Amino acid sequence: MAELIDIAALGGVKEGEKKRPRSKDKRLEIACQTVEKRITNYDEVALGYSPAEAVAESMRCLECPKPRCVVACPVHIDIPTFIGLISRGKFSEAAEDIRQYNALPSVCGRVCPQENLCEAACIINDTNAHNPIAIGRLERFSSDWQLMHQDREASHVHKKPATGFKVAVIGSGPAGLSCSADLAKMGHSVDMFEALHKPGGVLMYGIPEFRLPKAIVQKEIAYVRSLGVNLECNVVVGRTLPVQEVMDTYDAVYVASGAGFPNMMNIPGENLNGIYSANEFLTRVNLMKAWSDNPAGTPVRKPKRAVVVGAGFTAFDVVRIALRLGAEEASIVYRRSREEMPGRGEEIEHSLEEGAKFILLTNPVKYLGDENGFVRGVIVQKMELGEPDSSGRRRPVPVKDSEYEIPCDLVVVAIGQTPNVLIPSQLPGMATRWGSVIKVNRETYMTTVPKVFAGGDAITGAATVILATRAGREAARAMDAYLRDPGRTWNSPA
Amino acid sequence: MYKITRKKVLAPGVVEMALHAPRVAKAHKPGQFLMVMNREDSERVPLTIADSDPGKGEVTIVFLEVGRSTIELGEEFNEGDEIFAVVGPLGTPTHVEKFGTVVVMGGGLGVAPIYPICKGLKEAGNTVVTVIGYRKKEIMFWEEKIRSASTELIVTTDDGSYGEKGFVTDALRKLHEGGRPIDRVIAIGPPIMMRAVSEMTRPWGIPTWVSLNTIMVDGTGMCGGCRVEIGKESKFVCVDGPDFDAHIVNWDEMFARMKVYTVEEREAILANHECKLHLDNIRR
Repeated sequence: MAELIDIAALGGVKEGEKKRPRSKDKRLEIACQTVEKRITNYDEVALGYSPAEAVAESMRCLECPKPRCVVACPVHIDIPTFIGLISRGKFSEAAEDIRQYNALPSVCGRVCPQENLCEAACIINDTNAHNPIAIGRLERFSSDWQLMHQDREASHVHKKPATGFKVAVIGSGPAGLSCSADLAKMGHSVDMFEALHKPGGVLMYGIPEFRLPKAIVQKEIAYVRSLGVNLECNVVVGRTLPVQEVMDTYDAVYVASGAGFPNMMNIPGENLNGIYSANEFLTRVNLMKAWSDNPAGTPVRKPKRAVVVGAGFTAFDVVRIALRLGAEEASIVYRRSREEMPGRGEEIEHSLEEGAKFILLTNPVKYLGDENGFVRGVIVQKMELGEPDSSGRRRPVPVKDSEYEIPCDLVVVAIGQTPNVLIPSQLPGMATRWGSVIKVNRETYMTTVPKVFAGGDAITGAATVILATRAGREAARAMDAYLRDPGRTWNSPA
Repeated sequence: MYKITRKKVLAPGVVEMALHAPRVAKAHKPGQFLMVMNREDSERVPLTIADSDPGKGEVTIVFLEVGRSTIELGEEFNEGDEIFAVVGPLGTPTHVEKFGTVVVMGGGLGVAPIYPICKGLKEAGNTVVTVIGYRKKEIMFWEEKIRSASTELIVTTDDGSYGEKGFVTDALRKLHEGGRPIDRVIAIGPPIMMRAVSEMTRPWGIPTWVSLNTIMVDGTGMCGGCRVEIGKESKFVCVDGPDFDAHIVNWDEMFARMKVYTVEEREAILANHECKLHLDNIRR
């Protein structure tokens, strides 16, 4: 499709020319839907670069010989190379280059916390402060371009000859997808099982449409399948398919079942109607599309006054959905202060723009219900920060006699998720931490059960998409080595 | 896609369907449920598995046309059609061992899911005294099928149009007062019936188990929408259950939680179906 791109007109580097980087220019902002408009829909907020914008931004990149961004990237994408390809009008080639390192570029370009990773490391920060190359936006641009303009049959991707080994991958979220893609390229036969009716895991049920369009996720998955990965949905391994049968059928198994079990606070009144786990609220809205007007679809409570407990990625997704469902007031209730919020900077900004309120240094202690069993308020208490705890953040301590009531008709508890115990509980000898987080060897990703590997949130507890993607890649490499030489010494988990 | 291999209307609004789902049929154990999705954009609806045939790769469900999705499934889908998703078997299977004499009670639609439980208990060497109850003769189903899986069968109808007049609890009281030793009671049916059984056996000290059918989204332990207090602890019906010790279920909470979407459900049914007939089936 190169003929579509007139690189001279776009201001890029013509064939045979030398690049003259414009690193002193300002970082190019990305077009967004206006606040007034986006609050009324579920469409993506950040609209993406046009080809001219992408080329202009790419022209700022110095293409350093010793790039710090590559070191900072958890999967070590060759960032200068792909940006160089964009500045030369080779958009699909740029995406293909990224795919050597990351199976999900359209996803990671959108949801990666680049501000703390590659972009924080960009050398341009040294001379042109706060203006690092917009690496994430360029990653997104090139892979979106590729998905839009190319019928991505992966037949041209270099695949090693078939090895005859069969591998089962349990879970089709970021870790499972990335592991499957690499294993398939290595020539192994891969069967990927998904418990839900749609593949993608947290990318489908967890992250809202306005941050990550589901059509994009499905295109990325179609690409992984085109590598020869077999995908079967509606299979709950441990129920639909006994774990033992998987063990008997496959030469190696990768457990990427995520962290799907919602934590609750276990305080009085938490089972009142209108109080959701973040998982339930997000699944209803994102996976089941409760935001649409489909009368056959899944319902969700439409709030007037919503309270969201917690301040991670999830909490901000929830509060922004509550506003889109028509909440007149939607508040984040967080027991620490703004500084300790673990959420991504852009999401915090976007939710403030959209009208979210922050009630900080405050913690729920009890819920109040009406005569029909629906929540009508939450009693909270004020907190103050004490000494740092094990996470390095200052520990919140309750302030005496500081309780007061916040009226609300919807509460979403977004204080974290832990892995589901179904698979470890059915594999005798599988060691876990805290009863659910699977223990693995840090180098080989092998669990305490021979030939069973694990990765993603299942081994870390809820973390980021890019870390799961990396875990999937690294496990694929280790599994490949194991399949070729199962006799060698495999260390048990550290 | 999953094919509907058989459809039979058992009584007005009560439909039996066999679905081609070989993995589910092979793995199914008594007491487990599955989730169905009629179409790609439908709800996920939990339904108890009423029978399975691993040879044919079929599972049987029996459902009441009570909500927007069950009405759609019953009215718009026929033998030979395909539905979008069938996921299962889910939940922890019913605990089956040799208890001695077990009274298994099915109320109304609850008659269907007790079939595999009766069968399993009988195969384990129990004396299975089954009590099934309906409102009236016209809406009865599966009498002979249940009889074949039981040692003894008692049928009750609220209006006395068939079998013994009264509720299933009346039959249970008669059994107990007649001096019948009962080692365990299992009751499945409308929550109000399960609670009545539970209150009856509590003073008798007979271990009693019920199968709860709360509102769920995924059915795999992910959402927690099905949670209900069991013995002062919040439990997920989909993975910790659906079977629970009836005497420690917080029934008031269970009843309240069944009503979360009553308003949304009514609106949806009215939007989908001009007739209000089905609204009578909705729990109030």
